[in-house]
Amino acid sequence: MGRAIGPPDLPMDLTLNNVSHRYSDMLVLDDISLHIPAGEILCVIGPSGCGKSTLLRLIGGLEQPESGEILQLGEPPEGCLNPLTFVFQDFALLPWRTVRGNISLALEDHGLGRTETNRIIDDVLARTRLSDFGDALPRQLSGGMKQRVAIARALAVNPAVMLLDEPLSALDAQTRELLMEDLVALWERQHFTGVYVTHNLAEAVRLGHRIAVLSRRPGRVRELIEIDVPLKDRHMGHPKLEELQTRLWELMREEATAADRELQHV
Amino acid sequence: MSEGAQKVPYRGGGFSPVAKRGAGFVVFVVLVALAEWGTRTGWITNLTLPRPSDVGATLVELWQSGLMWTHIMPSLTRLVVGSVMGISAGIAVGVMIGLFSYVRAGLIPLVAAIFPIPKIALLPLFVIWFGIDEGSKYALIALGTFTPTIVATYGAVDNVDRTLVRMGQSFGLSWASIVRKIILPGALPGILSGLRVSIAIGIILLVAAEMLGAEYGIGAYILQAGSLYDLERLFAGVLILSVFGVVTSWIIGQLEKRLLRWRN
Repeated sequence: MGRAIGPPDLPMDLTLNNVSHRYSDMLVLDDISLHIPAGEILCVIGPSGCGKSTLLRLIGGLEQPESGEILQLGEPPEGCLNPLTFVFQDFALLPWRTVRGNISLALEDHGLGRTETNRIIDDVLARTRLSDFGDALPRQLSGGMKQRVAIARALAVNPAVMLLDEPLSALDAQTRELLMEDLVALWERQHFTGVYVTHNLAEAVRLGHRIAVLSRRPGRVRELIEIDVPLKDRHMGHPKLEELQTRLWELMREEATAADRELQHV
Repeated sequence: MSEGAQKVPYRGGGFSPVAKRGAGFVVFVVLVALAEWGTRTGWITNLTLPRPSDVGATLVELWQSGLMWTHIMPSLTRLVVGSVMGISAGIAVGVMIGLFSYVRAGLIPLVAAIFPIPKIALLPLFVIWFGIDEGSKYALIALGTFTPTIVATYGAVDNVDRTLVRMGQSFGLSWASIVRKIILPGALPGILSGLRVSIAIGIILLVAAEMLGAEYGIGAYILQAGSLYDLERLFAGVLILSVFGVVTSWIIGQLEKRLLRWRN
């Protein structure tokens, strides 16, 4: 099976219409409508417990919305094995498989044959600069490397949409910086559609073409912010981004304080 | 150094078990030596404890006469056949309980009811069901290893990290792939450690079954020695059982080392 590598694959848009969701009695998402255009990264930020991760699981089909609908528009690109592909906060690597084994897990059900599988694995390992670590076990890798493996696994299925659930939250600040640069480089190479959930404002302004700010629970879209600086021109301490980050924080501060003081409903 | 300066006292340490090589061996040797010394000086009477060197001599004699294998082979066969049946059925049922809610709801109460029954009490029943020969012994050992294996297996399946299962689903893996590639390997550590308990129970039941009716076998040998109050032979038999336990535990340890290399 031939796969198109490199831009631009035909796009797939995502649209959310009036999506609401509750866990038992508790409303976690309230009437969310969003459009995620192909080839763009949408960052979703909000105070803790606002339902951002739930929103992502709904988009990825791991949960069903109570009301409203989530639509994918357009066909996934040719050679796409798994249109909606997740990268998880805790990496979700199988500890008993090597790096190559973990990536091949995503490919095995598709009957690609050994040579094609190996070609894809070599390709994504090279793209995530992991070529020397193919035979390592997850426990031998640092957190940053583990997340690179998870990203490589996601790239292997040539996704139409990448759903990133706080992918850098378990990493230290320096590693996070490195991985952000990697993600930008990957996006520059192939303009994937992304939904990037985070509570880190610096990540949001670095990686998002648009940022959706959610309110505290029940999550509603409070504001949708567009950033017109190209991803590759963004860097730490960029004045416009700094300003935006301050604005976002002002927007969120009250909500975050309130969310912090809320009692857990268990 | 300024006046009144004191070294900060160390108060960490402890509470972290460290492997001390040979400590177990030393305890064993000291106990045996104590028994040997006690029986030789008459401080311990021959009625209380056999002299360790005599037990050793009995074992050597048993070996030389070839009777050792006559007793060990039937026991080993019963243990292997019975526990292979019990353990494989137990793993199958345990995985089913772990995977299907209806099976879980239906079988967990049943398992809870069967588990605490002393299986030896059922031996007369088994004799009627499976015959006085090997059948009833296999059945007893199989049932004895079956229930603890079920409990260990479904516990292990329950403990498989659900985020890994979600990951599998998010990549569109089939149900069978998720079970085979995520659930089963993830449950393996728990299943293997459950086997240690199951096999120990198997050995206990083996002896019990042999005591109730067998010509040859370690259990029969021990029973015979006991009724003659032949402490040397009794201890020789018990020693062989201990070796059974140590060897099976070693085998499982090796299995863990090979299969669970990824843990560390």
